[in-house]
Amino acid sequence: MSSNIATDNKPNLAVEFAGLKLKTPLMPASGTFGYGQEFAPYLDLNQLGAIVTKGLSLNPKAGNPTPRIAETVSGMLNAIGLQNVGVDAFISEKMPFLEQFDSPVIVNFFGNTQEEYGEVAARLNDVPGVAALEMNISCPNVKHGGIVFGTDPKAAFDVITTVRKRLTKPLIVKLTPNVTDIRITARAAEDAGADAISLINTITGMSVDVRTRKPRIANVIGGLSGPGIRPIAVRMTHQVVQTVKIPVIGIGGIMRAEDALEFLIVGAKAVQVGTANFVDPNAMQTILADLENFCIEQGIEDINDLIGSLQL
Amino acid sequence: MKNLQTIVLSNQEISPGYFRMRILAPGYKDIAKPGQFVMFRVRRSLPPLLRRPFGIFQIGLLPADCEGMPEKEFIELIYKVVGAGTEVMCELHEGDRIELLGPLGRGFDIDDEGGDKILVGGGIGLVPLYMLADSLADRSKTRLLIGGRSREDIITVTEFERLGVTSHVTTEDGSLGEEGLITRILERKLDKYPKAKVYSCGPMPMLRAVEVICSERNVPLQVSLEALMACGVGACLGCVVKGREHSEQNPEYLCTCRQGPVFHSYELDWERVEKNIEQEESS
Ligand SMILES: Cc1cc2nc3c(=O)[nH]c(=O)nc-3n(C[C@H](O)[C@H](O)[C@H](O)COP(=O)(O)OP(=O)(O)OC[C@H]3O[C@@H](n4cnc5c(N)ncnc54)[C@H](O)[C@@H]3O)c2cc1C
Ligand SMILES: Cc1cc2nc3c(=O)[nH]c(=O)nc-3n(C[C@H](O)[C@H](O)[C@H](O)COP(=O)(O)O)c2cc1C
Ligand code: FES
Repeated sequence: MSSNIATDNKPNLAVEFAGLKLKTPLMPASGTFGYGQEFAPYLDLNQLGAIVTKGLSLNPKAGNPTPRIAETVSGMLNAIGLQNVGVDAFISEKMPFLEQFDSPVIVNFFGNTQEEYGEVAARLNDVPGVAALEMNISCPNVKHGGIVFGTDPKAAFDVITTVRKRLTKPLIVKLTPNVTDIRITARAAEDAGADAISLINTITGMSVDVRTRKPRIANVIGGLSGPGIRPIAVRMTHQVVQTVKIPVIGIGGIMRAEDALEFLIVGAKAVQVGTANFVDPNAMQTILADLENFCIEQGIEDINDLIGSLQL
Repeated sequence: MKNLQTIVLSNQEISPGYFRMRILAPGYKDIAKPGQFVMFRVRRSLPPLLRRPFGIFQIGLLPADCEGMPEKEFIELIYKVVGAGTEVMCELHEGDRIELLGPLGRGFDIDDEGGDKILVGGGIGLVPLYMLADSLADRSKTRLLIGGRSREDIITVTEFERLGVTSHVTTEDGSLGEEGLITRILERKLDKYPKAKVYSCGPMPMLRAVEVICSERNVPLQVSLEALMACGVGACLGCVVKGREHSEQNPEYLCTCRQGPVFHSYELDWERVEKNIEQEESS
């Protein structure tokens, strides 16, 4: 009967917010997990709190020229350019695969214009297997791809309002860190009717090959991700948690369970793992197991007791 | 396809700047195909952050440690030290722990017909050609053309010869084999064996030259491409090349890691591949 005892001792890792019930507070970050399928050989998608898919636009998008990625100290720059199959192909070709799993599917999306944002949201709103939408107002890679919306509180408020009107499913707004005061955009998102906030997206950066004197990625400027950005992400998550009442999802440089715990302790209800999936396709499974071990070791029966337990 | 935590069996410098690493790799023998690759990582928490892609040179078996135990499967990588990752790799010793993701990607399409086969390798690009040569039906009709800058860049040719393959070497400085570019020999061989099939791996400018020669003569060509890779599994979209049908309206980006690294030359948009070559050459 030892297995029974083991299950009795298992800490509760389930979290609930914005109408979503997650088995665990762990999910992949958009753009680092493809459409889920790519990782199915390596980890059990049913163990994830949710499956978050690559950002979608109304029409398929080609993305940027190569080179698109470059490794930096403790991180990487990317300028993929939001390459994606487009919302219709996603619904017909990718959703059937994702529907096999009982983990909720969160679909990330973006638009070039306010109308396009609204249109993509409306189409996804009617798709049965989609649990929630994550709205990218922050991608720094594409010239028209959101930088205007995410860095200007008024533009952010307007575009979120437009999307809100066309959406009954839960709306998560993903913020850009490339602003002077993240609390201002967080408040704009809350005021416009977001059900939750996720942050951070990548931080704009640049790297030069000194021998060729060329930028190391073709787009010149890229988005920085990976362990090097974590302190910035934790700081911003902390600031936003202190500012808004809606739930917050923490993202940025999570490689190990301890990293995820930092975000939870400052008050994130859940976390997303990005670049770590590239380094190790099993990363989330390892983090999950270690999260559980941490709780057991610390005598924590419910992960919710940890959330927001920061000692100031 | 899985993430294997394993150990280094040996790691030796075989020519200045070139290393050969043997790695314990249970499970590879039955599934790995010529042209496939692995994503290699030196332990957790050590830089560099991302894994590095390497072609599989060969797969083999070592006698078991003791009777009744299974034989030990290994794979071999051959790599050139060019930067942070390979510098860490060349410091590894027997027994050091590493992680391998693989075997990944689409390898060479191999038909069972005897026929003439020409393998064209540039420098380290010869790596994926060894398993290919080994798997070809009639190796007496297989020719390896290998080019490099200097004699140090010409490696493992005798091993190909032991498979029964005839080899031809060129170096740019004439320090080994014929002086000049390997593509000149390719033209000569295709004059003689116009029905041959060509398989190639090496630097982009060489691949482009090989493609021009083959397409002029309507000779089927498969190429193994290199690209910067973050994930190796088709998720990051960092490694893409443009496919033949690519346009802004109907993007056809192919992932080198999943749809490649081996492509039939007709699948690729060589005009655009050439643009990347210009960038590479000017650097
Ligand atoms: C499918 C595939 C198979 C490969 N097989 C082999 C092999 O068998 N043996 C071998 O020596 N190398 C192989 N490579 C290239 C190898 O991956 C790179 O040399 C290695 O990643 C460099 O890592 P680094 O950290 O030492 O260099 P970095 O510091 O990352 O880079 C040093 C230099 O190498 C270039 N470079 C880095 N990564 C790549 C890459 N993936 N492809 C081409 N150039 C790169 C960079 O632009 C830079 O100029 C292969 C690449 C691919 C995509
Ligand atoms: C290659 C790559 C592609 C990404 N694509 C998207 C995307 O399509 N939509 C989006 O909202 N965020 C995208 N991101 C940002 C990540 O979701 C995440 O916010 C960021 O990488 C920080 O987390 P990390 O440090 O754990 O990677 C991408 C990141 C990377 C590295
Ligand atoms: S390396 Fe990530 S998609 Fe190919």
